[in-house]
Amino acid sequence: MSLDTSKVASTNGSTPATASKPSKIGGVAGWADDRLGLATAMRKNLRKVFPDHWSFMLGEIALWSFVVLLLSGVFLTLWFNPSMGEVHYEGSYDPLRGIEMSEAMASTLNISFDVRGGLLMRQMHHWAAMIFVASMMVHLLRVYFTGAHRKPRELNWVIGCLLLLLGTLEGFTGYSLPDDLLSGTGVRAADGFLKATPVVGSYMSFFLFGGEFPGDQIIPRLYIVHVLLIPGLLLGLIAAHMLLLVYHKHTQWPGPGRTEQNVVGFPMLPVYAAKAGGYFFIVFGVTAIMGGLLSINPVWKFGPYDPTKVTAGSQPDWYMGWPDGLLRIMPGWESVIFGYTISWNVMIPILIVPPLMLVVLMLLPFIEAWITGDKRDHHLLQRPRNAPTRTAVMVSLMTFYGLAWAAGGNDLLAITFDLSINQITYFMRVMIFVGPAIAFFITRRWCISLQRHDNEKLLHGYETGVIMRSAEGGYTERHLPISETSAYTLTARDRDEIYSVDGDTDANGVVAPGSRVQALRAKLSKASFGHNVQKPTAEELAEAHAHAQHDHELEAGDDHSTGHELHGSTVQSVDEPPRAR
Amino acid sequence: MIEPGNDDAIAPGHDRSLAVREEPIANPGLPAHQWRPTDVDERLEKRAERQVAAMFVLSMICGVLFVVAYFTLEIGDNFDTFIGLGASTVALGLTLGGALLFIGIGIIQWARKLMGDQEIVEMRHPAASSAEDREATLAALSLGAEESGIGRRPLVRNTLLGSLGLLGLPAVVLLRDLGPSNAEVANEEEGTGLQHTIWKPGMRLVRDVLGTPIKASEIEIGDLVNAAPEALFPTEENGYEEIEGVPLQVQKAKGAIIIVKMEPDEIKPGKGREDWTIDGVICYSKICTHVGCPISLYERTTHHVLCPCHQSTFDLADSAKVVFGPAHRPLPQLPLAVDSEGYLIAQSDFTEPVGASYWEREKQK
Repeated sequence: MSLDTSKVASTNGSTPATASKPSKIGGVAGWADDRLGLATAMRKNLRKVFPDHWSFMLGEIALWSFVVLLLSGVFLTLWFNPSMGEVHYEGSYDPLRGIEMSEAMASTLNISFDVRGGLLMRQMHHWAAMIFVASMMVHLLRVYFTGAHRKPRELNWVIGCLLLLLGTLEGFTGYSLPDDLLSGTGVRAADGFLKATPVVGSYMSFFLFGGEFPGDQIIPRLYIVHVLLIPGLLLGLIAAHMLLLVYHKHTQWPGPGRTEQNVVGFPMLPVYAAKAGGYFFIVFGVTAIMGGLLSINPVWKFGPYDPTKVTAGSQPDWYMGWPDGLLRIMPGWESVIFGYTISWNVMIPILIVPPLMLVVLMLLPFIEAWITGDKRDHHLLQRPRNAPTRTAVMVSLMTFYGLAWAAGGNDLLAITFDLSINQITYFMRVMIFVGPAIAFFITRRWCISLQRHDNEKLLHGYETGVIMRSAEGGYTERHLPISETSAYTLTARDRDEIYSVDGDTDANGVVAPGSRVQALRAKLSKASFGHNVQKPTAEELAEAHAHAQHDHELEAGDDHSTGHELHGSTVQSVDEPPRAR
Repeated sequence: MIEPGNDDAIAPGHDRSLAVREEPIANPGLPAHQWRPTDVDERLEKRAERQVAAMFVLSMICGVLFVVAYFTLEIGDNFDTFIGLGASTVALGLTLGGALLFIGIGIIQWARKLMGDQEIVEMRHPAASSAEDREATLAALSLGAEESGIGRRPLVRNTLLGSLGLLGLPAVVLLRDLGPSNAEVANEEEGTGLQHTIWKPGMRLVRDVLGTPIKASEIEIGDLVNAAPEALFPTEENGYEEIEGVPLQVQKAKGAIIIVKMEPDEIKPGKGREDWTIDGVICYSKICTHVGCPISLYERTTHHVLCPCHQSTFDLADSAKVVFGPAHRPLPQLPLAVDSEGYLIAQSDFTEPVGASYWEREKQK
């Protein structure tokens, strides 16, 4: 690797060195910079460092599927007619010819059967939407499980949560547009949700539908929300999400040479740009193949919307499944107070719990920061096992989500497994509370066991699988020390500090202001971190290694050694609650 | 190697931050760079180059095949030739997918095998601005506030805040004409509004789709008939006014009914509903009282009808009471009678609003 010195000035003179002849790329860049002054901004960012890990590409999938959505969506708008005016379908699809339907439905059929590549684009658009929402969720889980939501990235977490909400709404408005029987049923259910809103319910319904359901306004209105309003918000928030990512620089996994103060990885140009750019083509290509091979939302099989009809097994798209599941397992509670109806059976599962879950999700980083009182910036990721309570909280939320989602398919479960739908529903009513609690407990203990396992590896080496027999006839497994790199990586984490309330009362016995809140914080801190296993101290490590060394020497002294007691039966007491060390 | 331009980037191994803290194991620093086979073996390098180029060529072939497929394969009638999809859709999807995938694979192979793979280190900066910047900004802010006098002139400030706050009103009010309110459209005569339907005393029950009137004697025990108000099928004979478009859809959405017949002694008539049935023929709104899906799944032995959306189950023999699921209220029952020709007719409109609950529902019974 030799430096190209041809462009370096050869004198220290006060006149600038004149480049002999600008290269082509230099010429274009110069022209642009004269007008835009881009060089200042790009100087640092062209070689900006991005760390590498497979899990960092989950958010990228979301980003690229959004681009696919924009491209395929623009194609669809060229033919789609968002009107509820009634026409007789006269297109290529035989079974529906002559049937009365809305222009929205007719133009959807037209795209599917009379525009070449139209069905492909429709299916790509729908698949990309599913991938968009799914990858956002998995990305969210990755971020939370690895602690990437901590300071200074809390606001980006909040933006991400908003993106998830908007993506879901965008999906709902999108699949409602064709005005087929299935989506029309979904819209009618949405009308029921609006009506359940206290005080203003019927007004909201009438304003949204331009009068009584179904009216002729809902499709054009959903259309403009779907193609302009939400995509605009999504674009803006995605831009903010990316800008913050660039500003904060990406988090990285701990490892040799990686610290809280640096970021190690490949430069944006060329490696990261190539990998990310190449990945765009892969996401786009996979979506195209899915669109070409996998049928999705075949509206011609459902037929046009008719408010008197419904299909059995009506399901929303998967990401709307969990509120639908809550709706299904909710007991039929409704009360009339002073002559006004309050539909708890709709309000709780649709109008209260999902927004509440979103708020809880957005608050998670702030709650955690409040409990730990940690004001430092964090750029090194944590393994899920090293934050057992946090991991357990998310697994618990996932269990809630999964059970609610499964409840949304209770009719399909009943048919597939030949079960009673009533019993599934009763079971879910209990499990929706019990399941998350069980998941929390198991996950936490599991994480703590894994932490203990890490410490054993550090102190006593890894299990080689080689069984040794000692002279006395005892059997032991041979343990060998792990490499320095892995050992360092295992210890590259912070010790948990438990907050405790000191000086609750001052000298005169007066309770300090806010001490009750602080007591709660101390309690939560102890509950969150009290059981965690801390990494061994330098002394503990030294002691364990000395012990191993000692065994080694014993063994070396004995020519006929067949046994090896590196792994003593006493495990270091490193899993006690941490004290001030 | 110092990064050109990027001042934050520093050479690996010279990381100033690696000062050993109170850690059990010191940070060993970045491992040495490992040369890849393609870095040291020219033959392998050339091979990787050919692989990458081959991917791009494959992409081009797919692109050309896409165009060929677009112009040769027909769509329309033969929409399910392959795996339920038309040959055109399948071929276009595969060729477009190939054209894109091969570019992606090629670029990534290029990045992995041929582009520099030296990891570089860049120092982070705190997200916060420097204390100096903060102070300067705060000073500028307070100077601005001072010069504007916003703190010293509460009258100006508060009236401004008031006027800005009030701007919300035009914004909200402007949306008022999105639609009429329920009260504005409610009309018993026309059957509009949530509390009314098009059903009128003496209106015949007709089969949906066909529009033919139904005689009580035509229904067998165990049957479920999906039916509609006759006014939705106007003819010269019945004399109902022409109805189409939105009013038709609105009335369809509210007026849909189910008629079932069971052994008359199986029916437990509700209070005051003793004469609402004809020989075991009983009629309910088809619209679920939960969120308004049309109900359809009928189990004749138990007289239960189930909503396919959220599985609310109603017992039709017992005033359509909810026996399972999230719905709270029974399906509204339509009082039946028979006209002089023996056809089923309604005694009146439903006696309560049909469909999903809403806040002022009870006030409008």
